[in-house]
Amino acid sequence: MKILREILSPLAAVIAAFIVGGIIISLIGDNPFHTFYLLLSNSFGSAKDIGWTLFYATPLIFTGLAVAVAFRCGLLNIGAEGQLYVAAFATAWVGIKFGGTVVDIFGKKEDWSWMSLPAILLVPLCILTAIIVGGLWGAIPGILKAKFGSHEVINTIMLNFIAISIVSYFTQYYYKIPGDPILQTAEIGKAAYIPQLNEFLPFIPKDVPLNVAFLLAILMCFLVYIFLWKTKWGFELRAVGENASAAEYGGISPQKQIIIAMTISGALAGMVSIGEVLGNRHNFYEGFSAEWGFLGIAVALLGRNHPLGVFLAALFFGVLLRGQIFVDAFTPRVSKDIGWVLQGVIILFVACFQIYARKRGKV
Amino acid sequence: MSELFTIALLFSAIRLATPLIFAALGGMFSERSGVINIALEGLMLAGAFTGAVVTYEAGNPYLGLLAGMIAGAALAYIYAIACIKFEADQVVSGMAINFLMIGLPAVISGAIYDSSGSTPQIVKEHLLPEFFNRLSLASILAFLLVPLCWYVLYKTPFGLRLRATGENPAAADAAGVNVIRLRYIGVVLSGILAAVGGAYLSIGQSSLFTRNMTAGRGYIALAALILAKWRPWQALLACLFFGLMEALTIQIQGVFKMPSGEDIPVQFIQIIPYVLTIIVLAGFIGLSRAPKALGIPYRKEK
Repeated sequence: MKILREILSPLAAVIAAFIVGGIIISLIGDNPFHTFYLLLSNSFGSAKDIGWTLFYATPLIFTGLAVAVAFRCGLLNIGAEGQLYVAAFATAWVGIKFGGTVVDIFGKKEDWSWMSLPAILLVPLCILTAIIVGGLWGAIPGILKAKFGSHEVINTIMLNFIAISIVSYFTQYYYKIPGDPILQTAEIGKAAYIPQLNEFLPFIPKDVPLNVAFLLAILMCFLVYIFLWKTKWGFELRAVGENASAAEYGGISPQKQIIIAMTISGALAGMVSIGEVLGNRHNFYEGFSAEWGFLGIAVALLGRNHPLGVFLAALFFGVLLRGQIFVDAFTPRVSKDIGWVLQGVIILFVACFQIYARKRGKV
Repeated sequence: MSELFTIALLFSAIRLATPLIFAALGGMFSERSGVINIALEGLMLAGAFTGAVVTYEAGNPYLGLLAGMIAGAALAYIYAIACIKFEADQVVSGMAINFLMIGLPAVISGAIYDSSGSTPQIVKEHLLPEFFNRLSLASILAFLLVPLCWYVLYKTPFGLRLRATGENPAAADAAGVNVIRLRYIGVVLSGILAAVGGAYLSIGQSSLFTRNMTAGRGYIALAALILAKWRPWQALLACLFFGLMEALTIQIQGVFKMPSGEDIPVQFIQIIPYVLTIIVLAGFIGLSRAPKALGIPYRKEK
């Protein structure tokens, strides 16, 4: 019964969002059924389709988990975007400095690295960097909330702006190859690359950039589940989220839990850079995130802040992100931005249904 | 350095502060009534898009402005229903409104103008007028709005009830104030004002709507409001300060060099307002105290 209720309200929100979206599409003068068919049907048909869908879902699993862990402690982390930005830049920096990167500046070779570590050392070093830097950036609003009581929502929004500015400064002035018109760093060393899944799963086409970060994302779902529900630390974290003053009465320090939750949240958001920097682009590019940090809020909410729910919700958004491209190409009027509309409406409905159902239950 | 601080810089700061002033004053009505307004960003986009479309179609910026205000009010009303009637998490539903408004203008303009990136260019004669070639009508209105909002908030029965609603809704209710209705009014007012700020972007500062053209200004307006501790005159100062910082970054870029001959990294000027907001919020510069009932849905005791 409980599980049914958990699934029912997100499902109702999705259906309601498709109804609202359908009305908008009809008003525009397109066929909503055809549009939704394009949106949903291009994600499962072949190994290629599935590969792309999972690739789009991967960063959203990480950011969804990030937001969910903070939510469980009663915090709203709107800062996942900033956290994954600093983490991605730091990861690329380690990949350049320790990966033997040699850049070509107008025909002249220049060694930008300090040393050339082998893959067995460099990959773990890069992954640790992503986790630690993301975690530290996430810890800042946690500490500010715990020590000064300042609201994490405003602080994380401000830290997003700060993160993107700082990272773009270092990219522009120190790690961009002179003459490159794009704001991106030089490439990381080859030793820092993580394998693409098509290297050992031959049925996945070569052009699908799905990489082992996806497997790591699944692993993180398990780990977050075990942490939250099977360990004392997870219990304390959730206790603060449920009722901070009761937790404090029970000997748990809400301040400490707030800092821990935000650190873990930031670390999870930072892990996005494993798939993107080490697995896909192999550099830091200023516009690399398709608002994953913000979409993580939608994923966590739709997934009811549970790792399994987050995984399923991320897959659903992966389907939407894949389908948007086809909507853009094969409908006369509707653009791929209908995806943003659906996401907005879904969040609004989830937020409304959730509380309303609880309120109804109580009265 | 002296040629940097010119009268042109001042006017540029005022221009850039104008949308922030409208949005921050709007946010003030909502937050003073007890409803967090992270949706300012989306509300500004609603005003900017509707303003641009109607001005382009009708050839009249005042009609555009009016339409933008109606769109802002309508969207804010939806937000208010979610926050007040359904008691949805205010930050989450605010983000939802912002997501929606990244997509909806693009979908509509893609359908009617075959371009999801922007609306068609509006001819200069149909834009909001500017005086002395640099001071927009909208800026003047923004400045006039500050004392008006101050008066409404502190000197009228409505303002007193609104503030009471945000501080202690139960007591306000007991004194006969309709808490729910005042919150609806606060949120809708914020939608109207934020939309004016947004419309100024598309039919004043520039001459078309571009995708996501507010670029975080709604959040910055909210930060200004917090820096100002939810007070109108201080909000004006905070917005002007933010406008000045933005003007400086534009002015400096590529023109001025450090004594060593290197570029001045504008990114470090860009982050000043955000760092300052964090510092103020942490209580280092006086205590920043939000309305007591901010973010808490009100349910009448039965």
